[in-house]
Amino acid sequence: MDDGRNDIELDALYRDTVLDHFRSPRGHKTLDRIDLTRDGYNPVCGDRITMSVKLSDNAVEDVAVNCKGCVISVASASMLAELLPGKSREEALRLADAFKRMMHGHPPPPGLDIGDLDALDGVKNFPVRVKCALLAWMTLIDALEEAEKKGDAPDRSTTTE
Amino acid sequence: MSTTTTVPVRTATPIPPKREIASTREDFPILKRMIHGSPIVYLDSAATTQKPEAVINALVDYYHQTNANVHRGLYALAAQATDKYEGARAKVAKFIGAAETEEIVFTRNTTESINLVAQSWGSRNLKSGDEILVSEMEHHSNLVPWFLLAKRTGAVVRHIPILDDGTLDLSKWNERFTNRARLVALTHVSNVLGTINPIAEIAERVHKHGALLLVDGAQGVPHMPVNVATLGADFVAFSAHKMLGPTGVGVLWGRRELLESMDPFLGGGDMIRTVSMTDATWNDSPWKFEAGTPNIADVIGFGAAIDYLESIGMNEVRRHEIELTEYALEKMHAVDELEIHGPADSLVRAGVISFNHSDIHPHDLSTYLDRKGVAIRAGHHCAQPLMERLGQNATARASFYIYNNREDIDTLIDALQSAGRFFGRR
Ligand SMILES: Cc1ncc(COP(=O)(O)O)c(C=O)c1O
Repeated sequence: MDDGRNDIELDALYRDTVLDHFRSPRGHKTLDRIDLTRDGYNPVCGDRITMSVKLSDNAVEDVAVNCKGCVISVASASMLAELLPGKSREEALRLADAFKRMMHGHPPPPGLDIGDLDALDGVKNFPVRVKCALLAWMTLIDALEEAEKKGDAPDRSTTTE
Repeated sequence: MSTTTTVPVRTATPIPPKREIASTREDFPILKRMIHGSPIVYLDSAATTQKPEAVINALVDYYHQTNANVHRGLYALAAQATDKYEGARAKVAKFIGAAETEEIVFTRNTTESINLVAQSWGSRNLKSGDEILVSEMEHHSNLVPWFLLAKRTGAVVRHIPILDDGTLDLSKWNERFTNRARLVALTHVSNVLGTINPIAEIAERVHKHGALLLVDGAQGVPHMPVNVATLGADFVAFSAHKMLGPTGVGVLWGRRELLESMDPFLGGGDMIRTVSMTDATWNDSPWKFEAGTPNIADVIGFGAAIDYLESIGMNEVRRHEIELTEYALEKMHAVDELEIHGPADSLVRAGVISFNHSDIHPHDLSTYLDRKGVAIRAGHHCAQPLMERLGQNATARASFYIYNNREDIDTLIDALQSAGRFFGRR
């Protein structure tokens, strides 16, 4: 029996910080102006997210997210909403990239402020849950990149597949 | 080499003596495994079942002793492989009470069996404006082939809704089943709700209007006695892997005259009678539908799975599942946070229980339970329209088979309770 190790890994997956974000998700609001909006969907588990972004001078002024799903996807979306306001487009994409790499076992670059995301480090031990953690971030990347290409809000949606 | 040399072949394993269901667990090597340090509690048999030693051995024996292509060679090995392959067909026919062995078509799985009917029957028999009736509780594999067929032919897919208790709303029958209906495609047992649909009663309604009934038997045939002579269906589709058999084998049963009137499914070797440089004539059913080298080893393994099920008896399989389901429902109802979907009466439901926890997403529950050695399914179970009807993005699902016992359910309940404490901590 090694219940001990399992409990340690479960605790590391579901840290108090993570549960806190799940219980009171940040960014659950209506923006006074929406410049980008995008839906994300994880077809494996049915989790859904709607993300709206208000931009000013090529930077993210504010983000609203509404995520219906598991602890991991909701907490990750909430952390995104907490971290993003004030970040430039490039900073936002760098953060998304660092988090993606983190989920595959690579520590974030030193000096990068990743806020509470660090509490999601335990997800990397649960490969089937990595998609949950990335749903919000993939949606963000697609929203920003699509906007760059078209110069306006896209109407497609993101899936984790 | 002398022409009289015979290839040594172990004779087919004789049908074992009557088996007690309580001791079947011993026959499944995988159930001895530890998962995350705990003995495995496998509660996902609706997705696929585990395999008894007898089935595994049948595969190994086939490759050790009998491997050759079927229906072709004139040598002893080929004849023996063909006998075993066709012998498995006869076992399947007997198992479901088919009038003739030739009514059994081997496919890859339930999904392919349904697609075969959509293609080979549907393309020829449906025209624009004709209707196909499905239900709100169908698996995607009994929806999407009909959507594709509808796109090709201009036919229309309509559906029968379900009631809050998880049974079909037959009061809507007359409104949804119009005189343009040509085919009703319905699951015998819901893979989410466990609901057992009244197939015989529906068959009567369908046939009164000259339409046909296809039954998705993926969750029915493995779990209760099914006799196609009395079921009332025109087609039944099911998968070997959900009834102790190997993956990669499905069955389509169809009434002989229907199969004979249908076009081939895929073209190639084995399905033809004669081929010229420009045309071909077809083999008889069922070979007409089995183009190319079939999945010989797994079909033979499936034959061993049927022998095994028959050594227990399907009445006994069903009785065991009713008992476990009643036990599980009672225990689960006692956990306040659980919302249980599907009929309350275990006589109209199979050993499939979908549920939601008021505070824990199914995905989180499944991750937590996995670390306690309990394998349950979480997700939409390939039934998104039903998820919509239930008002859920996903459910958790526990499903049972012959090797499960009350201790498995006790472990599940303990784990559900400790999950409640874990995720509810402040
Ligand atoms: C009711 C039902 N129909 C069809 C299928 C599809 O079976 P298969 O994947 O073997 O084709 C399943 C299995 O998931 C099922 O539960």
